[in-house]
Amino acid sequence: MSGFFSKERTTAGHAYNRWLIPPAALAVHLCIGQAYAFSVFNEPLTRVIGVTQSAPDDWKLTTIGWIYSLAIVFLGLSAAFGGKWLEKVGPRRTMFTAACLFGGGFLISALGIKLHQIWLIYLGYGVLGGCGLGLGYVSPVSTLIKWFPDHRGMATGMAIMGFGGGAMIGAPLGVALMKHFHSETSVGVMEAFVVMGILYFISMVIGSVAIRTPAPDWKPHGWTPPVEAKKMVTKRHVHIDQALKTPQFYLLWLILCLNVTAGIGILGQASVMIQEMFKGSITPEAAAGFVGLLSLFNMGGRFVWSSASDYMGRQNTYFLFFALGTFLYSMLPTFSGEGNIVMFIAAAAVILSMYGGGFATIPAYLADIFGTKFVGGIHGRLLTAWSTAGVLGPVLVNYIREYQVNHGVAKADAYTTTLYIMASLLAVGFVCNLLMKEVHEQHYMKHDEVDDPLQG
Amino acid sequence: MEEKETTENHLVLLVLFWAYVLIPLGWGVFQTFKKAMALFQ
Repeated sequence: MSGFFSKERTTAGHAYNRWLIPPAALAVHLCIGQAYAFSVFNEPLTRVIGVTQSAPDDWKLTTIGWIYSLAIVFLGLSAAFGGKWLEKVGPRRTMFTAACLFGGGFLISALGIKLHQIWLIYLGYGVLGGCGLGLGYVSPVSTLIKWFPDHRGMATGMAIMGFGGGAMIGAPLGVALMKHFHSETSVGVMEAFVVMGILYFISMVIGSVAIRTPAPDWKPHGWTPPVEAKKMVTKRHVHIDQALKTPQFYLLWLILCLNVTAGIGILGQASVMIQEMFKGSITPEAAAGFVGLLSLFNMGGRFVWSSASDYMGRQNTYFLFFALGTFLYSMLPTFSGEGNIVMFIAAAAVILSMYGGGFATIPAYLADIFGTKFVGGIHGRLLTAWSTAGVLGPVLVNYIREYQVNHGVAKADAYTTTLYIMASLLAVGFVCNLLMKEVHEQHYMKHDEVDDPLQG
Repeated sequence: MEEKETTENHLVLLVLFWAYVLIPLGWGVFQTFKKAMALFQ
C-alpha cells in the first residue's frame, strides 16, 4: 500500500495522456471548495437541540463562526508547513492524506453534533478539515505545471477554478441533504456531514489514484522548449528555503494578499452592500442573485485570466488586474451615487473575475520566477497571504463602515471610504508588481543540486 | 491492433473522467446561475 503512494510509483510512462491530470486535480479542488459554502450550515447549527428554533443550550452564531475561521487558518498553516513534505513524498500521498483529513473532519464534526461537543467540530472541520484543505489545495498545482510547460497558467487555472466551483456544488448539496434528513428530532446537519464526508473522501481518493507526475525527460508531443529565454521566465530552480530569502517572494506575497483583500472586501459584504447602496431598488432575493453572479465571475475569472496570462505574460496580467481594479473600485461610489445599477454590477463582476484570476495565476507566476522544481512548496508558503487577507479584508470593510455609521454617515454612503481604501490597496499592489525582477544569480540551485528533491 | 485498442480505452477513460468532474460542476454552475437570475427579474 505504501508502495502505491510512493513518489516513484506516481511517475507516468511516456504514452500517458496529460489531459487525465486536470480532472484528477479537479476531483480534489471541487471537494475542498466546499469550504466557501460552509455558511449554509451556520444557522441550522444554532438549532441542533431546539430543531425548530434555538434552545437555551444551543450554540450561538458567534461560537459557530469559529469553525470556518479555524479552517481557513489551518488551511494557510498546513499549506505553508506541508509544502516541503509535498515535494518530498509527491502529490499522490499528499492528496490521499488531504482526503483522509477533509473527509474525516466531516465525520468527527458529525460526532461532535451527535454529542453536542463544539470542540469536536473545531477539531474536525476546523483543524483536521483545514489541514485537508491546505494540502489538497497545493498538491496538484506543481504537478499540473510540470505536465503543461506550454500552458502553465491554463493548467493551474483549471484546478483553482475547481475550488471556486466547489462552493457552487457544496452549497446546494448541503441544503438538499439537510432538507432530506430534516425531521422532528433533527435539523439534518449531522446526517448531511456524514454523507458529505464519505462523498468527498471517495472523490478525493479517486483524484489521488489518478494523479501522475511526468517522467523527468518528458515533454508534450511536438513541443520544444523556447531556445531563447523569455524575460521573467527562468529555466533554473530556486530551493524552497532559498525562495524565502528573495525579495521576489515577499513582493508576490504582497501582490496576492492585496489582490485577495480587495476581492474579499466586496465578496464578503456583497449582499448587504448592494442593498444599502441602492436602497429600495434591490430586494434581498436580488441581492442573493448578485452574490451568485459574483461567484460565477470569480470562478470563470480563474480559468479565463490564468489562461490569458500564458499569452500576456504573468507580470502584464497583474498590471491589468491592479490598474483596472483600482479604476473600477474608485468608480463604484460614483455608479452608486448616480443610481447606475447596471454599471455597478458590471464593475463588481469584473473586479471579482480578477480576484479569482489573481488566485489562479499566482502559481504560474511563481513557476516563472522560481522554476518548477519546488513550486508546490513555495506556493504553499505563499498561501499565508490568503489567510492574512481573509482576516484583513472583512475587518477593513466592517470596521470602517461601522465607524462611519456611528459618526452619522448615511448607510448608503458608508462604503465610499472603504471602496477608495480598497482602490488604494490595489494601487500599492501595482507598485509591488512593478518592482518584480528576475531572481538574483546567487539564489539559483547549482546543476548538481537539482536532482535531489530536498537538497540545499 | 492492440495499440489501437489501448488508444480507444484511453479515450473512453478520458471522456468518463472529464464527465465525472464536469457534470457536478455544471450542476453547481446551473444552480448558481438560476440564483443569479433573480437579480435581473
